[in-house]
Amino acid sequence: MKKLLSGNEAIARGAFEAGVDIAAAYPGTPSTEILENVATYKEIYAEWSVNEKVAFEVAFGAAVGGKRSLAAMKHVGVNVASDALMTASYTGINAGMVLISADDPGMHSSQNEQDNRYYAKFAQVPMLEPSSSQEAKDFTKLALEISELFDTVVMIRMSTRICHGKGVVQLEDRVPYMKKDYTKEPAKYVMIPGHARKRHVIVKARNAKLKEYVENVPVNIIEKGSSDIGIITSGVSYAYAREALPDASFLKLGMTNPLPINKIKSFVQDHQTVYVVEELEPFMEEQIEAAGLKVFGKDVLPDVGELSPELIRERILGVKTDVPQNGELPGRPPVMCAGCPHRAVFNALRKHRTTVSGDIGCYTLSTLPPLNTMDSCLCMGASIGMAQGFIRSMDKRKADRVVSVLGDSTFIHSGIPSLVNAVYNQAKITVVILDNRITAMTGHQENPGSGKTLLGDDVKPFDFEAVSRAIGAGYVRTVDPIDGMELDRVIGEAIEYQGTAVVIAKRPCVLVEPNQFPGIMKIDKELCTECKLCLRVGCPSISIHDGMVTIDQNLCFGCSLCQQVCPQDAIHRITS
Amino acid sequence: MPNTKNILIVGVGGQGILLASELVAKVALSKGYDVKQSEVHGMAQRGGSVSSNVRYGDVVYSPTIARGEADVLLSFELLESLRWLEYLSPRGVAIVNTQRIDPMPVASGKAEYPKNIEEKLQQKSHALYIIDGQRLAEQAGHIKAVNVALLGVLSTILEFDEKVWQTAIKNRVPAKTVDINFKAFNLGREAVSRN
Ligand SMILES: Cc1ncc(C[n+]2csc(CCOP(=O)(O)OP(=O)(O)O)c2C)c(N)n1
Repeated sequence: MKKLLSGNEAIARGAFEAGVDIAAAYPGTPSTEILENVATYKEIYAEWSVNEKVAFEVAFGAAVGGKRSLAAMKHVGVNVASDALMTASYTGINAGMVLISADDPGMHSSQNEQDNRYYAKFAQVPMLEPSSSQEAKDFTKLALEISELFDTVVMIRMSTRICHGKGVVQLEDRVPYMKKDYTKEPAKYVMIPGHARKRHVIVKARNAKLKEYVENVPVNIIEKGSSDIGIITSGVSYAYAREALPDASFLKLGMTNPLPINKIKSFVQDHQTVYVVEELEPFMEEQIEAAGLKVFGKDVLPDVGELSPELIRERILGVKTDVPQNGELPGRPPVMCAGCPHRAVFNALRKHRTTVSGDIGCYTLSTLPPLNTMDSCLCMGASIGMAQGFIRSMDKRKADRVVSVLGDSTFIHSGIPSLVNAVYNQAKITVVILDNRITAMTGHQENPGSGKTLLGDDVKPFDFEAVSRAIGAGYVRTVDPIDGMELDRVIGEAIEYQGTAVVIAKRPCVLVEPNQFPGIMKIDKELCTECKLCLRVGCPSISIHDGMVTIDQNLCFGCSLCQQVCPQDAIHRITS
Repeated sequence: MPNTKNILIVGVGGQGILLASELVAKVALSKGYDVKQSEVHGMAQRGGSVSSNVRYGDVVYSPTIARGEADVLLSFELLESLRWLEYLSPRGVAIVNTQRIDPMPVASGKAEYPKNIEEKLQQKSHALYIIDGQRLAEQAGHIKAVNVALLGVLSTILEFDEKVWQTAIKNRVPAKTVDINFKAFNLGREAVSRN
C-alpha cells in the first residue's frame, strides 16, 4: 500500500517494520512527531524521557539487553546525549540501535543550526542521510542492519524539510525481531580504562571495514547525466539539486559516514566540473579535498541557512530568478497566545526591574516587543546556571535582582542540577518555574509534571515544590499567575530573600485547557482613555484601530491580565 | 520538472492551512501522482506566518516551490497574500480570502497594515479570485470550515473531479462535521461562478 507520510512518520513506520521494540525521545522540533507516531504502534514500547541523554541511554540499554531500539532528538539534543554517544561507540551494541538526529538548517525553530554530521565522524559511527520520506523509512531499516553487522549505533541525520515534508511511501509489514540473548560481558560494556583501550582499537578496525562496506552500499547511487557537471550530494540537498540541475550527473550519497572515497574519486574523474552540494558546513567537501580531489562547494554555495533549487540554479548555472519585490511589509512574528499564563509573570517581572536569565520554551517569545523581558537565552536549562554567573559579575544593584525563568519541562530536563548548584554555592537568585503542566513549545507533549506518559498511563505528577524544598531552596512558593496581586507580592518577596528562592507559577496552558476562565473580556468605550497600557502586555487579542483599543472576542480567553493592568477600570468580564 | 503543479498555501497559524494542504496532497496522490508536501511546524499555533507547499507530477524532487513558480497561490489572509506574492508565477492564479488578521506590530500600533492589497494582487496575477471565506463558512454552518470553502474554490481550477475531493474530505474531517464541510466546499465552488 502507498501512503503519504512525513519523514518523521516514515521513520516511525520504518522502526515498526524493522521490529524495533523500544523507542525513547525528548521532544524537539523538527523531531517530535517521530515518537508521537512510534507510540501509535502498539507493538513498540515508547516513552518521553526527561531529556535526550536519558532517552539515548534507555534506547542503548534496550539494545544491549537484546532488543532493537531507536532514540530520536533534535540536533541540539544530541549535544545533551553526546556524553553517552561517544562511549557507546566503543562498547557497541547487541541488538541494533538507531539514533535519529533532526537538524534544523535555517533555524525554523532552533537556537542554532549546527551540522550534526560531524557527530557521526566525531563518535565514529556510521551515518545515513535520507532525502525523501520513502528513504527515511528504508534507511531506518538499513541502519538497524548496519548496526548489527558492525556492532555499533548508527545515526540517521534528518533535516527539517525531510522531517516535515510529506512524500509517497510504500508500506510493508512488520517483521518481528528475534530477541538476542544478553550475556554479561564486562570487557565490552564496562568502560574502565583497561577495557576502553582495547575497545578503541576495535573501533578503528570497525572503521576500516566500514570504509570498504560503504564503497558498495546500494544507497550510494550514480545517476548518469551529462559529463560536464557532476554533483555529489546527500539528504535534502539532493532533492534541491536534482530539481535545479536536470541535466547534470549525480553521485547521491545515502551513507555519508564514512564517505566512499574511491567511488567519489572515479566520479570526479569522469566529470569535467564537480560540485559538492551540501547544506551548512563543508562536511563532505573537506574530506574529498583532503583526498586530493578538485571539487567546488562552499566557494559558490552558502554555508549558512537552507539551500533551495533557486539558489543552486543561480550559483551553479548562473540563472537568476527575477521576481518583483513587494517592498517592506509588517512582519508576523509568532507571539505568546492570548490567555497564556506565562504573560502575567513577565508583566510582573518587568515591574520589578529584574535581569531575566531566560530559557527555551514558549516563554522565550516574551523577549519580543512589547514585553521585551528576557536578557538571555542560550540552551535548555542555562537560565539557572547563568544567573549564578550574573550575580557574581554584575553591579550589586543588578545582581540583587537576577531572576531565572524556565518552563516545567525545561526545569526537569536540565534545570535541577543547576538548582542544586545554586543552593550548594549559596547563590542569591530567584528561580521562577513556569509550570503550565505540559511541554507546550514543541506541540504539547506530556512530561513528568503532567502526570501522564506518552503511552497514556497516569502517574504521580512530579512535585516541583517538594523537589525544590528537598534540594534546599530556602524560599519556595507556588502561586497562580492570574492572581496578579499575589504574584507580585511573591516575586517581590523572593527577590528580597537572601538565598536561593523558587517561585512556581502554576496554571495549565490555555491551548490544553481553553475553558479555564469564565467568559471573556470587553473594553468599556466610555471609560477607556486610550492610555494603551493594556497593549503593553502583548496579547494578540488586543489591538488598536484609529486610536481605539479593542479586544477581539474570537481570540480572547478571558484571562483578565488586561483588566488587571487597566488603571481606569475600563475592562470587564462578560459571560453569556 | 516541467509538468509539476505547484500550489502554495499561506496564511496565519491556526487557520487550518495544514489540513487544507494535506487534502490537496491526498487528492493528487489518489490520482496516482508523485506528491511532495512541505511546511514548517513548530510555530504554527503561535500566530506566526505559515506556508505550505504542495507539488505533484510524474516525479517531484524538491519539497519546496521556487519564487515565481507557484501555479496557484491560495492565501487565507490578505497581508500574507502579499508577503508570498513573489512566489506566484506570472501565469499563476491567486485565490485570496478577504480576512484581515493584524500582526503584533500592527495590533500594537507600531506598523500599518498595507493598503490597496487587491490592486497589487490584480497586477501580479494572471487570474485573481477574492473570496469572503468567513461568510461562506458561516453559511455552511461553522466558521472553522473556511479552509474547506477555499478548497472548493481551488478545486475549480485543478483537474480533479468533485468526487475525489469529497472522498478526501470525508476521510479526513471528524464524522459529525462532514456535512458542514461538504456544504462549505460546494459554496466555494459556487462562489467562483459568481466571482
Ligand atoms: C536540548 C534541547 N532539546 C529540545 C529542545 C526543544 N525545545 C525547545 S523548548 C522545549 C520545551 C519547552 O517546554 P517547557 O519548558 O515546559 O515550556 P513551555 O513551552 O511549555 O512554556 C523544547 C523541548 C531544545 N531547544 N533543546
